[in-house]
Amino acid sequence: MLMHSHDDDDHSHMTDIEARVRALESLLSEKGYIDSAAVDNIVQTYEKKIGPQNGAQVVAKAWTDEAYNAWLREDATAAIHSLGYTSRQGEHMVAVFNSTDTHHLIVCTLCSCYPWSVLGLPPTWYKSPPYRSRAVIEPRAVLAEFGLEIPTSKKIEVHDSTAEIRYLVIPERPKNTDSLGESELAQLVTRNSMIGTAVIDPVEPAS
Amino acid sequence: MTNPDLKTLPEMVLVDDEPVFNEPWEAQAFAMVIDLHQKGAFTWTEWANALSTQIHGSETRDYYQHWLHALESLVAEKQLTSTEALLNKKAQWHEAASKTPHGEPIEL
Repeated sequence: MLMHSHDDDDHSHMTDIEARVRALESLLSEKGYIDSAAVDNIVQTYEKKIGPQNGAQVVAKAWTDEAYNAWLREDATAAIHSLGYTSRQGEHMVAVFNSTDTHHLIVCTLCSCYPWSVLGLPPTWYKSPPYRSRAVIEPRAVLAEFGLEIPTSKKIEVHDSTAEIRYLVIPERPKNTDSLGESELAQLVTRNSMIGTAVIDPVEPAS
Repeated sequence: MTNPDLKTLPEMVLVDDEPVFNEPWEAQAFAMVIDLHQKGAFTWTEWANALSTQIHGSETRDYYQHWLHALESLVAEKQLTSTEALLNKKAQWHEAASKTPHGEPIEL
């Protein structure tokens, strides 16, 4: 079953600055003066202050701190801001929790509709037209291409981000991690697991 | 690939030698400058001068807004594109966004 959080009369938004940056990007790459993959690489190289490590902290805290977990479900914007991850755009954050019966996946039409205060900048595939259209139509097939087979007994919920609401997936805590502390747990959390295109690899039981 | 010396830029904010971005477009604009420079479109000194001209101009703006203005003026000066082409393309992006229902890709 597919539940698609979608606001029908909501068209896409672009700020003036975003449009100027896009104009530069499209004109300069059409003429071959820049290439998008190289630009993405440079961003990833330089960007250390905001990135998936922020989201991983949120996830690890949600796994280990019951009160924080409850706060995150109640008011994710405030719970995330309390860890120092804030955005100037003031968008609303919603945390969606994977469980044994539901898998969550996030998508958006615009590269700006991404929970970048916790995940940094979106990967190239997240911005690609095939992902943006197909994630909504056939999420199971898209996830299979990421190497993630979701059993048909499990429901997939696709969340369409907007300029106002950004989602963060809280993946399931892997088994055999009871002895790990918050910072060790955070290292297990991958970017894609917080978008919903991956789950966290199982941890081998300590021998 | 050689990385340019960011410390030579006027008023550049660095933490642990890395630039600090507040929003994605800032990182995008930053990276385009690095890519253009590495592909030989302009020298690092030319870039530092273009940025300095904006920062020491009369307009009060955030750092990366100066950065974006400097980039727009330098690509026009180097004739990589023109101010008019940039304005047209910007209008096309706005129009495409306004016509695109949320959930569908924005394309020109």
